[in-house]
Amino acid sequence: MLLWRGSIDMTSATSAKRIDDNKNKSDRANREGLRGWLNPIIYGWERVSYWFQRLTGIFLLVYFIGHVYETSSLVSGPDAWAAMLEMTQTIGGHIFLILVIGASTFHTINGIRLIFTHSGQGLGTPGRPDYPYDPTSVNNKQRSGLWIAFILAAVAMLYGANVLFSGGE
Amino acid sequence: MNIFKKDKRKEIKNETPLERSNTSTSGQSLVKLRVFRINAVQNPNDVPHFDEFQVPVKRWTTVLDALLDAKSYQDSSIGIRYSCRMASCGSCGMKINGIPRLACYTKISDLDTNTITCEPLPNFPYIRDLVTDFSQFFDHHRSVMPFVKNKKADIPNVNELTEYEQTPQDLDKFLQFSYCIKCGLCYSACPTVATDLKFPGPQALSQAYRYLADSRDSDKSKRLKVIDTSHGIWRCHFAGSCSHVCPKGVDPALGIQLLRSHLLGLSNSEKKLAKLHDRSTNSYREGEGE
Repeated sequence: MLLWRGSIDMTSATSAKRIDDNKNKSDRANREGLRGWLNPIIYGWERVSYWFQRLTGIFLLVYFIGHVYETSSLVSGPDAWAAMLEMTQTIGGHIFLILVIGASTFHTINGIRLIFTHSGQGLGTPGRPDYPYDPTSVNNKQRSGLWIAFILAAVAMLYGANVLFSGGE
Repeated sequence: MNIFKKDKRKEIKNETPLERSNTSTSGQSLVKLRVFRINAVQNPNDVPHFDEFQVPVKRWTTVLDALLDAKSYQDSSIGIRYSCRMASCGSCGMKINGIPRLACYTKISDLDTNTITCEPLPNFPYIRDLVTDFSQFFDHHRSVMPFVKNKKADIPNVNELTEYEQTPQDLDKFLQFSYCIKCGLCYSACPTVATDLKFPGPQALSQAYRYLADSRDSDKSKRLKVIDTSHGIWRCHFAGSCSHVCPKGVDPALGIQLLRSHLLGLSNSEKKLAKLHDRSTNSYREGEGE
């Protein structure tokens, strides 16, 4: 960075302006943008949790809008309501509802974990780091909340699948 | 830096897959070094591309060694920034095989591959090749006022100067965060920085906590005002990537969460302060009653 500023000093005013202009043009060129969210695997389980929390959040928001639309069909009478319910009585509808069950369970449990971590709970205390510098905040204590979220989401989805596909028998 | 991370303290095997598979005629191992090339400042129309170099390596060769080998013997125009070669200066940060790392701190034998891809750090504007512009990063760092500010420090009479007393316990509260070398790896790994230009980033926020936790500092309110904004600390969602890539064990994610708990009034120090405040208020009232 110092070299960069030094290079401006050494050039003429015109070329310095050109360098500044070009720098501004390329200013955002190296930003990851939404691509930065797409690869959760390489950074550890917390990044996977971040990715799933966002994904399930968006999914549930879309579901919520659809749910309001579906429920609003009641004002058009029982037939319209029954017709709307028919849409969920297909294999595709069942799979969608199972995904809703899984997403809402994961989002809730992981959200509770995040409330604790955002409050500084379960993260450990600052100390003197030693090689190989394993960070204390990404420990198994707070990470256990993530495993519980995954397990409960899977159990809820299995239960939902059992109810929807075999009537809970 | 995979989630199934290997223990870095593992014993070095006598023969790595790298050494077994790829050997030059002189008996040295060779790796393919793919180096990102661009000259965005001098030539705005320059198209980013990768240049490939075959570089001889040994078991202890670092990525920086390999890059300097390529620069010395194959293409002197490769742009790299480096200085100490011992993970102290934080100059040689770059994306190596998809993960932000220090080139001087990354051994090629630890990467378990014959192809090493070096790219500039994401979320930093290009200057040339692997060199990126840290202006914005340092601006964020400056914005949190990374220095001890103490009203009692302005002592006109030199003879009255004394040291600031600090217990080892006080020191432990912030020492970890003071090991930051400003290499920018956390900033490039953060998913929030990737989408929000105004977000200070893990480095600046953890430094804000470092000075907040310092018992010598007495001007915390200004610093908290800077970070308690809509683009400030509340944008962190604890993805933990900053702590995963930090080469010095600073654990910025821990600092940020502790800082947030402080802002929310949930930290232990907050509770202790509240208790002390209650005690002093009560004793004052009792004193008044007498």
